[in-house]
Amino acid sequence: MAAKVLNIIVTGVGGQGNVLASQVIATAAVDSGYYVSVGETFGASQRGGSVASHIRVSQIKPYGPLIPRGEADFILGFEPLETLRTFRDFGNSSTQVIMNIRPNYPLGVLLNEDHYPDIAVLTGGLRRKSQRLWDLEATELAVGLGLPVGTNMVMTGAFAGVYALQIQLETYETILKGMFDREILTLNLAAFRAGVKAVTI
Amino acid sequence: MSFLSLQVNKSGRSVLMTGNEAITRGAIEAGLGYAASYPGSPTSEILANLGRLAKEYNFYAEWSVNEKVAIEEAAAASFAGLRSLCIAKQNGLNVALDSLVSISISGIKAGMVLVVGDDPGAHSSTNEEDSRLLSKVVHIPILEPSTPEEAKEMTLAAFQLSEKFKLPVTLRCVTRISHASGNVTLGEVEAVNKEAIFAQKDRFVTNAALHQMQEVKLAKLRQVADTLPFNTYFGPQNAKTIIIASGPSTLYALEAIDALDLENEVGVLKLGMTWPLPEKFLLEHLKHAEKVIFIEEIEPFNEENVMVLAAQHISKIYPLEFYGQRSGHVAGPKGPGIGEMDPDKVKQSIARVLGVDNKSEETDAKSSAKSETSDVPVREMAFCAGCPHRASFWAMKSAVALDGRKAVILGDIGCYSLALRRTGWTLPQTMHAMGSSAGIANGLGKLDRFNFKQPVIAVVGDSTFFHSTIPALVNARYTGAHFLLIVLDNGTTAMTGHQPHPGMSKNAMGEIVEGLQIEEVVKGLRIPVVTQDPFDLQGTTTVVLKLLRTEGTKVLVLRQPCALVAAKASTRPRVYINQEQCIGDDCGCSRFCSTTFSCPATIWDPLKGKAIIDEVVCNRCQVCVSLCPQGAIKVEEGANFGR
Repeated sequence: MAAKVLNIIVTGVGGQGNVLASQVIATAAVDSGYYVSVGETFGASQRGGSVASHIRVSQIKPYGPLIPRGEADFILGFEPLETLRTFRDFGNSSTQVIMNIRPNYPLGVLLNEDHYPDIAVLTGGLRRKSQRLWDLEATELAVGLGLPVGTNMVMTGAFAGVYALQIQLETYETILKGMFDREILTLNLAAFRAGVKAVTI
Repeated sequence: MSFLSLQVNKSGRSVLMTGNEAITRGAIEAGLGYAASYPGSPTSEILANLGRLAKEYNFYAEWSVNEKVAIEEAAAASFAGLRSLCIAKQNGLNVALDSLVSISISGIKAGMVLVVGDDPGAHSSTNEEDSRLLSKVVHIPILEPSTPEEAKEMTLAAFQLSEKFKLPVTLRCVTRISHASGNVTLGEVEAVNKEAIFAQKDRFVTNAALHQMQEVKLAKLRQVADTLPFNTYFGPQNAKTIIIASGPSTLYALEAIDALDLENEVGVLKLGMTWPLPEKFLLEHLKHAEKVIFIEEIEPFNEENVMVLAAQHISKIYPLEFYGQRSGHVAGPKGPGIGEMDPDKVKQSIARVLGVDNKSEETDAKSSAKSETSDVPVREMAFCAGCPHRASFWAMKSAVALDGRKAVILGDIGCYSLALRRTGWTLPQTMHAMGSSAGIANGLGKLDRFNFKQPVIAVVGDSTFFHSTIPALVNARYTGAHFLLIVLDNGTTAMTGHQPHPGMSKNAMGEIVEGLQIEEVVKGLRIPVVTQDPFDLQGTTTVVLKLLRTEGTKVLVLRQPCALVAAKASTRPRVYINQEQCIGDDCGCSRFCSTTFSCPATIWDPLKGKAIIDEVVCNRCQVCVSLCPQGAIKVEEGANFGR
């Protein structure tokens, strides 16, 4: 890690399990000897609102829990619109993005008042303006494994698999083993590994 | 959140903890005996975790009916010699305030710490309130952590200070402490007294004569403040500009100074104890400064207290200029004190005061990302898919329309406050504090003598019912108020994360207890009560309409578990839309299921021009089935499918 601090944003919609994903990534970083600060918004916002976690990892010192605008190095987007929103506010041309391409429609779209951006256009824009974009069918991968709520572990695996932080996959898996038991553990590990695989091919 | 770190028991090890977990751990290390709380963001997770750890570490933890009872219990434990903790959000302190004022006067015995979670920016609150002003009224000291690590250290220090001065001590957290995570070093668990006894010689009574004693304690604490390691100064000695910051703003200030290349010119004075102030320490630094910038969240609390101190010693520190909320220099786009602090606001504020260029504000790399603006619709908060509140408000909306007398719906605090937004068709016309809907209904319900003809519906949740609705019902029974109280009983304190309450059959420590039925309480007051399943839209509408047309005080309990709880245990069958039967926009229903009922699971497929169910989002409540004019929404027959 060359820079003083690596700024990661995990973003999505309440209920997608993004807070848990950010806790796994942050725990893995602490267990690997980094200073870590995480700022997250949950509580009322879990009721269908936008949810974002700011993770700041440094070898030098603890940073504050919020990332300055335009300074995200990495965005882990659980939902396309939220990824776009976060990129617009916190991204720059060297930001790298991992995005789940499955939309979750805001109320204004359901009410037929707002227009949800076309996924191909949205993806194209992000690909052009970011350093790199990995677009994944993370929810479909999780559903395929029999764990629709496992999108968060697929995304965590994808983040681990691109090695933005030099952390061994075993470190993440050890954390998952401490969090889950038996069949639930097996399913979550499978989702995590599917995420790793999705960015490695 | 993960609970993992709290299970580690190796002193000296650095683990990731949220601020709430750090406080939990700090209280355990301090030899906690008794903890009581009512849930509220951002501090709910402290008692939730304490409940899970109570047996292992031999203390007691409870979700109390409300914060007033919680603080009285914590005081009781302290009187009996046990270290105690009370946890509340800013509004919770309002509820507990009357008791806290007198507990501060009477004094306490064993260490008693009050954790208050303020919510700058009101992420999960109806208001932005600075509880520090209340702690000042109460005459008790305030510690303000700037990191999760410091939250743990301050919890330990707060118990010691409290015990030494026989006063409760406030640990003021903000969302970016409670819900932030960072490295926390674990310590040893102290062996302190866990034998409870109310000594015969002890008296804890409130008496105005004790006011003098409170002032003596504060004067002594002022001297202690000067020696506390939490008040520190970073930066060049004799800096001409100093920033006085507290809480997470301290880290934003340090980062901003670094980004603006001002490390050799500007110092940061971190106030860890913000009341009473470390006066000698502050004056030493005010002497060498020419400019002071205050950075803190919500009210200009430090700003005003330090300015009073400076005015008192003006001859020794003159000349000195003050910048902050009062001068308008420290502010976000909505103005001073509105919304939470962040690194950008702090950097901009410092640059504004010092007249320097706010570097890297607009680099090419950033503006390229910013130009990615192609239509990003906002994401409003909404009831979850399958939320019983959507069905309940739908039935109320229908019944009120059928009744035709412009019934007034009064809202309250909980998930169902979202009904103020489009997800609940903006039905409620008032919303204030916990239980206020019933109080306001008491008032409106007696205006018939002034020719008031509109029916009144007060809506509360199950936890709010127990917290502060019962006195209003007693009042209604006594004074003969005409209104319908609807209790949306989803079997949990949902908004704050599904904590147990007196209506449930388990407590904070996971033990099975006898839950109190809402109907029993209401019947005891001799008020008529009806119970109904809100998922039966037609039945519910009929009952609401009938009750609206009945005189006196009435209670309707709409019972159906929270969708998030139900989904976890669900074996409900799959719900789908028969693509032959849905005729899309030819129907004339204007996409009723998605645009009008607006459940997030019912979405529109633009390719086929038909409605579909998003099965990842759907919680299978089946309520939409009865709403489709074509009868196209189906429940899968036969086997039950788990998720």
